[in-house]
Amino acid sequence: MPGIDGFIYPNEVELQWSVLIVLYPFLTGLVAGAFILASLERVFNVAAVKPTYRLALLTALAFLLVAPLPLQMHLGHPERSFEMYLTPHRESAMAMFGFVYLWYLMAVLVLEIWFDYRKDLVLTWRASTGLKKWLYGAFTLWSDDISDAALRVDDRVGRFITIVGIPSAFLLHGYVGFIFGSVKANPWWSTPLMPVVFLFSAIVSGVALVMLLYIALSRLRRVSVDMRCLDTIAKYLLYAFIIDFSLEMLDLIHRIYEADESLRALDFMVKTRLFVSQIVVQIMLGTLVPIVLLGLTQLVRFAERTRRAIYVLAGATTLIGIMAMRWNVVIGGQLFSKSFLGYTTYKMGFATREGLLPAILIMMLPFVILAILLRLLPPWPSGHDVKA
Amino acid sequence: MDETRRAFLAGAGKYIILTGAASLAWDYVVAGQPAQAPNYTATDHWWGMIIDIDKCIGCGLCVRACKAENDVLNEPGRFRTWVERYQVDPADMDHPTVDSPNGAYDGFPEIDKPGGGVKVFFVPKMCNHCAHSPCVQVCPVGATFESPDGVVLVDKDRCLGCRYCVQACPYGCRYIDPRTHTADKCTLCYHRITKGLTTACCEACPTGARQLVDLKNPNDPVHEFMRTHKVHVLKPQMATGAKVYYNGLDGSVR
Repeated sequence: MPGIDGFIYPNEVELQWSVLIVLYPFLTGLVAGAFILASLERVFNVAAVKPTYRLALLTALAFLLVAPLPLQMHLGHPERSFEMYLTPHRESAMAMFGFVYLWYLMAVLVLEIWFDYRKDLVLTWRASTGLKKWLYGAFTLWSDDISDAALRVDDRVGRFITIVGIPSAFLLHGYVGFIFGSVKANPWWSTPLMPVVFLFSAIVSGVALVMLLYIALSRLRRVSVDMRCLDTIAKYLLYAFIIDFSLEMLDLIHRIYEADESLRALDFMVKTRLFVSQIVVQIMLGTLVPIVLLGLTQLVRFAERTRRAIYVLAGATTLIGIMAMRWNVVIGGQLFSKSFLGYTTYKMGFATREGLLPAILIMMLPFVILAILLRLLPPWPSGHDVKA
Repeated sequence: MDETRRAFLAGAGKYIILTGAASLAWDYVVAGQPAQAPNYTATDHWWGMIIDIDKCIGCGLCVRACKAENDVLNEPGRFRTWVERYQVDPADMDHPTVDSPNGAYDGFPEIDKPGGGVKVFFVPKMCNHCAHSPCVQVCPVGATFESPDGVVLVDKDRCLGCRYCVQACPYGCRYIDPRTHTADKCTLCYHRITKGLTTACCEACPTGARQLVDLKNPNDPVHEFMRTHKVHVLKPQMATGAKVYYNGLDGSVR
């Protein structure tokens, strides 16, 4: 059969999880990472990243709203997915997704954004008329108390939610890692490091995304970028990346040294079918390049313009690298037979239900939602920026 | 009057065609609750299978019988049972040559160069009806479950088609039925065994290489067989509690 080398079990000719399932951990990872960046300012008092605080929250929300979409598109019976809430199978790692997702969306993100924006919402409500007045009234839940005492409560609650939110963000993405890491039938996935690797790669991707968005939006708004903020984000990105890369190397070294029965199959796969996406794109272009670039900015004093260009390049390669990492986990984990005696190929459709086109559309959707959110909930109060 | 006569004829026909025990259980089987049938108590049974490697001749009759009996699509990637042929060089057990053309639906083509110091044998495969099934564990809605008599089944009306169970099965026994968009697998011919019949694959096997066994039945010859033979399950390191026991399984089999 074309595309198949060696022997695979007869039922393995069909790949089960498509590019849409690659998007799922990628999207939730961006959410968790963006939230962690926001919490740096709120909980750990890293004042330098303040200009990205609200942007990070809105980015997290925009991507979280889209995160279940690739799953729904993939299900054989999406109309039954609500059953996961009504009759969850408690032994199933996947059954908890709905609850983790709802908790994170409603108890963390939406609440935190609401408390943080409440004063702005009330002011807009008061200043507007007609439909807009009604809309912002609804946003405030028709509560217009913005006295100092009320705002102090908002701030305290917001801080508390962020503190709850950090473990929740860890839970959200660590849990996604667990869905893969707990499949004992698949040696490419089955490792207790998987949730941790997913978590740190999530932080890396989310921080990189918000950094890029901040640079791009500043350019669009014709305001100058706060370099202190950017330098700080880049520094944290580098730290997170070093931890992430170390964990992935630990996993790799452990596998090679332990050399169990699956290694031969996996080793062959990485050297052939996954060579480009794993070695070239993920490790070289998507990990070593950004780490070296970000490391350079810590060692050498570049001009602002150069630093900004380096950050853009590092951020973009980071996102490509993390996307490749998700691809290599999800698709890579299905390219070898569980007999360890053969390999198959993933043939991605284009305009099919789980093809490239829906994947591209799903990836564009969070940016559309973010654009709407930025309009409804402007993250930067006017007058705070320095004109370029 | 017509209605009564029709009902009588239907009832009589049913009882004549399905004799004895089977007819008593029929209403329950049709209602999808064979375990409730008066003459079949699920908890009295614990089903498994014995496969005798040395008896299998690779004819593929079991594969054809299974597909016919269970309306399994005859296309690549949809097998409730299949047969693999191993060619093992005793000096290099780690690198067996394995094939299973169309799951051995039509048996196997002849080997180009027979002999040559290579041992050749067939391995019929199917769902192992594990007592601790990873596929059951991962199902988010409990659509796949272990019946009280030890058979792993799928409820097609509940299955979401998320395919997590297909990923979780270490043996490659599951696939998605494109007609229902739900997971499908061997049911151990549950519709037959709950009526006192054996499975289609066992029934069709010309050499008796496959034997349905009831591990809870003290009179089942399986107990004597297990005592007097060296049996093995596939991938015991997975600790799935597999209940398909192989006699004469070679260490090279994956």
